[in-house]
Amino acid sequence: MLLIRCPYCEEDRPELEFRHAGQAHIARPANMAEISDEEFEEYFFIRQNPKGLYFERWRHIHGCARFFNAARDTVSDKFVKTYKAGEKKPSVAKPKAPPAKRAAAQPASAKAAPKKAAPTKAAAKPARKAPAKRASTGGTKTRRGANKP
Amino acid sequence: MPVLFNAVQDGEPGFAMRRFSAFAIAREALRGHKGWGEQWASPEPREEYDVVIVGAGGHGLGAAYYLAAEHGITNVAVIEKGWLGGGNTGRNTTIIRSNYLYDESAGIYNHALNLWDGLSQELNYNVMYSARGVMMLAHNEHDRQSFQRHVHANRLNGVDNEWLTPEQAKSFCPPLNISREARYPVVGAALQRRGGVARHDAVAWGYARGASARGVHIIQNCEVTGIRRARQGHVTGVETSRGFIGARKVGVVAAGHSSVLMQMAGVKVPLESYPLQALVSEPVKPVFPCVVMSNTVHAYISQSDKGELVIGAGTDQYNSYSQTGGVHILTHTLEAICEMFPIFTRMKMLRSWGGIVDVTPDRSPILAKTPVPGLYVNCGWGTGGFKATPGSAHVFAHTIARDEPHPINAPFTLERFRTGRLIDEAAAAAVAH
Repeated sequence: MLLIRCPYCEEDRPELEFRHAGQAHIARPANMAEISDEEFEEYFFIRQNPKGLYFERWRHIHGCARFFNAARDTVSDKFVKTYKAGEKKPSVAKPKAPPAKRAAAQPASAKAAPKKAAPTKAAAKPARKAPAKRASTGGTKTRRGANKP
Repeated sequence: MPVLFNAVQDGEPGFAMRRFSAFAIAREALRGHKGWGEQWASPEPREEYDVVIVGAGGHGLGAAYYLAAEHGITNVAVIEKGWLGGGNTGRNTTIIRSNYLYDESAGIYNHALNLWDGLSQELNYNVMYSARGVMMLAHNEHDRQSFQRHVHANRLNGVDNEWLTPEQAKSFCPPLNISREARYPVVGAALQRRGGVARHDAVAWGYARGASARGVHIIQNCEVTGIRRARQGHVTGVETSRGFIGARKVGVVAAGHSSVLMQMAGVKVPLESYPLQALVSEPVKPVFPCVVMSNTVHAYISQSDKGELVIGAGTDQYNSYSQTGGVHILTHTLEAICEMFPIFTRMKMLRSWGGIVDVTPDRSPILAKTPVPGLYVNCGWGTGGFKATPGSAHVFAHTIARDEPHPINAPFTLERFRTGRLIDEAAAAAVAH
């Protein structure tokens, strides 16, 4: 079980209090009705799934109930940093995934554009809390251990 | 002593495989079992192959086997980072069933089930497929309606599935607690009698042996670090920890690492990788006659031929490549198992482990050509790929050999996330997502 630091509560709490909420810093296109199928696929379905440094969202569902972001290594599961929604993606020096490269891979998140709301209502809520300009929201598929062996 | 195949290619002798038979066992018993020999060859890689398969799990080795056996393409290498069958093939709970809701899924999983039936004979290798029945428990009205819908849909697709009352479920699986006072009362069950289990390692070994005998090279401990493409875009080979290996076609069958490999070729895939755990108990005498699954409380259990109870737990909630998972996930499953089968409350668990599963947004696999000419992908089997091994391998070999999908895997494209033609088994599995 992970020990996660909630940046709002400023406490290390067990994973059971949190709900993972997918990749962070995904900007919902402002012109959703006009984007192409390719762009919608990119926004809605494609995820980085990196082996190494990953920026993701968590929600302190059994605590302050707020969404926040985290930088975590997906090989060691070690958190590099957690930070509040709306804060800039931190530059984390990691040999496996240099931050410059990550940023380049995600031009959308660098180019401001109002980022709010996410595919589901659940995500839209906390987005309002954070400053609209840099609210980090993304695809929220709340997934419980849903397995089909 | 009959030799099944002794392929000779490029002037290299192929691998002479001895056939298993009652006579061979008797002969070896008299000789102290000294004559079995290696089951597959470990050759040095050639400079170039017609087809390179990345990933020597069941799906990859099976694809290589069918390429050689059915399409006559024997200049094939299966390249594996670790040892063959050491990934999810060796880490799953070995359950086989095909009672999926949608036509597309029923098509591919039932294709697999039909191949499971004769696989031991085809490979001359005992994969220990045991059709002991897979029973899915319904605990509430929603489950009952959903499962009965599955039963009807399955029957229309020619997939066997039947509805049982709690009493019938109890008589099919005596350890089951169907008391009205149970914490998770059983209101009925869907039973697929052709479902069951198989020996997972034997599947990888059997395919490896069959492929090797037909001239396929199996190259273990060789990590693919890049996929090389020509200026025009098509694949020319793979960079590996043992140097460049040329290939006219490359098939990626790398389970949890599929997105890492596809990124090497510049192809974005809608996958997320999660740890999925399983565990086994101490071995006991035969006590559990079938496979029981409960999606609602998330528990599934069967007994292996060694006597261990094989129990599948859930995925962790976060992306990870750690091949390990949280203990609370195991606890959650064990609590449910103990409620439904009070007989097991004092069993001791022996081992637990994790595998990395690649999950697609619609929980159906991607088994298709990619935008890169000569690059094919078989991924996204998520938490339940073992059951599909022969079917998946069979149609993937067809896709590679003919450069076009088999009708069975034609719907499982990479483009469906663009066109919206999803095969949304996620909603159909009656599992809380």
